[in-house]
Amino acid sequence: MESSRPLATSGDISATGDEPRAADTAPSASVAPRRATLVAEILKRTGVNVMRCYQCGKCSAGCPMATEMTRRPHEVMNLVQRDRRDDLLGSDGIWLCLTCETCSARCPNAADPARVIDTVRQIALEQDTTLAPRAIGAFNRSFLGQIKQTGRMFEVGLAAQYNLRSGHLLQDAAAMPSLLSRGKLRVKPASVKNIAEVRRIFDNVAAAERKAGTQRGHR
Amino acid sequence: MSIGYYPGCSLHGTSREFDESTRAVAPALGIELREIDDWSCCGASSAHSSSHLLGVALPARNLALAEEQGHDAVVAPCAACFSRLATTRYEIAHDANLAEAIPGIIERPFANSVDVVNIVQLLLAHAEKIREGVSAGSGTAAVGQLKVAAYYGCLLVRPVEVAGADDSEVPTTMEQVISACGATPVKWNMAVECCGGSFSMSRTSSVMRLGRAIVDDARKAGADAIVVACPMCHANLDFRQAARSDGDALPVLYLTQLVGLAMGMTPETLGLQRHFVDTKPLLDTLDTRAHELAAKTQAAAAAKTKARDGAVV
Repeated sequence: MESSRPLATSGDISATGDEPRAADTAPSASVAPRRATLVAEILKRTGVNVMRCYQCGKCSAGCPMATEMTRRPHEVMNLVQRDRRDDLLGSDGIWLCLTCETCSARCPNAADPARVIDTVRQIALEQDTTLAPRAIGAFNRSFLGQIKQTGRMFEVGLAAQYNLRSGHLLQDAAAMPSLLSRGKLRVKPASVKNIAEVRRIFDNVAAAERKAGTQRGHR
Repeated sequence: MSIGYYPGCSLHGTSREFDESTRAVAPALGIELREIDDWSCCGASSAHSSSHLLGVALPARNLALAEEQGHDAVVAPCAACFSRLATTRYEIAHDANLAEAIPGIIERPFANSVDVVNIVQLLLAHAEKIREGVSAGSGTAAVGQLKVAAYYGCLLVRPVEVAGADDSEVPTTMEQVISACGATPVKWNMAVECCGGSFSMSRTSSVMRLGRAIVDDARKAGADAIVVACPMCHANLDFRQAARSDGDALPVLYLTQLVGLAMGMTPETLGLQRHFVDTKPLLDTLDTRAHELAAKTQAAAAAKTKARDGAVV
């Protein structure tokens, strides 16, 4: 269908026009090779230009998780614009994002906060896998572990692995009998026939990303 | 047109009633569903939160299988699977580098030629058939008395360019299917709000808060039940809200279950007994009300005839 939201495009607003001034960066900037700004890095990875954001706050107004965040979506956008890497990667806002996409659907200037937050999360994981809150990281790792094992997500296995990884050992254990009696739990995983092919996708993605110079944190 | 069926992992597990009701309703509407042979998980939110490329490659394998198996379109009832498959199709179509890289990564030829549709779109395309089935009169009488809140959540309306809804803020596609069933959609505020989705396990407190607001608004708007088309929305509004201490949960039906009821299928065929918030009391009450109403209408008509005949004499 036709999109009612114009796609973010690069070029119409300079992505490098508001680079931090020398005083904001490390004093050794002239000696050490300078790391690309977050704005430039996100533009390169996604084609989204964070400088399009003019801080209207509509993203935070509609965000279902904003009340639980200390750094809300428009603040995350602002931290990216100011290249405040440490503040940003340690902020809860990027991890509490549900990827519901409400912000991006409503953004009046196509700055695509959901895609930006998603990308910042990936940058954070590449830098340090322990940056994600334990429960959320545990869930994602358990989920991907299931796919690598059988090609499909097996809920009982996922719950067991998640509980071990997160330390929430008995979470939802009380619900197991009622799930079973409703016929909602499969007790044995169903594997895809060509599981080797699915596993090779993980390997091929990792190889492609190594080649592109990014290191992934999900393994 | 050949439609490949992608059930996804949830429909083979905790939301098997979504699978059962989809498989029951499709043939009644003249739709032949063939399950994609050897499908694998789409990766859901976990894959693309960890690696954008992995989040595209895992769905792409399934689209490639559908292509190889000769399908023109794939239907994914799970809104999360739909979203990942449709996003993958969209991104590959709009990114030449990605399109070039994918066949090497999934080790399969891939032309990105298969359309991806969700269950709302599929049912809406067969709304006329649903109306025919309803007017044949075999449907559950309760459905005609039912007031429901159509809950889209996120993935059936966003991202705007892939979801295929008629509007991202005030969509009407689900309401159109509900009306075709003879039920009444209510006007409410939370139709496109997020239920907390994938945080169901990792941040249950947030999911409880978001779900509560959705259920409360539906109740305030006069709905007897909430209708969904997503296993995560169902888990968060049925399973999670069933545990709320004030007992104010609402029954949550899959759209396919509503269509099945409207066309006269039994609740057991549609898996309604698998829900945590019991749907039986509601359906029984509405059924009684429908029969009382029918009896009243009949009595009124009889009285009218009698009065007219009396006048003639």
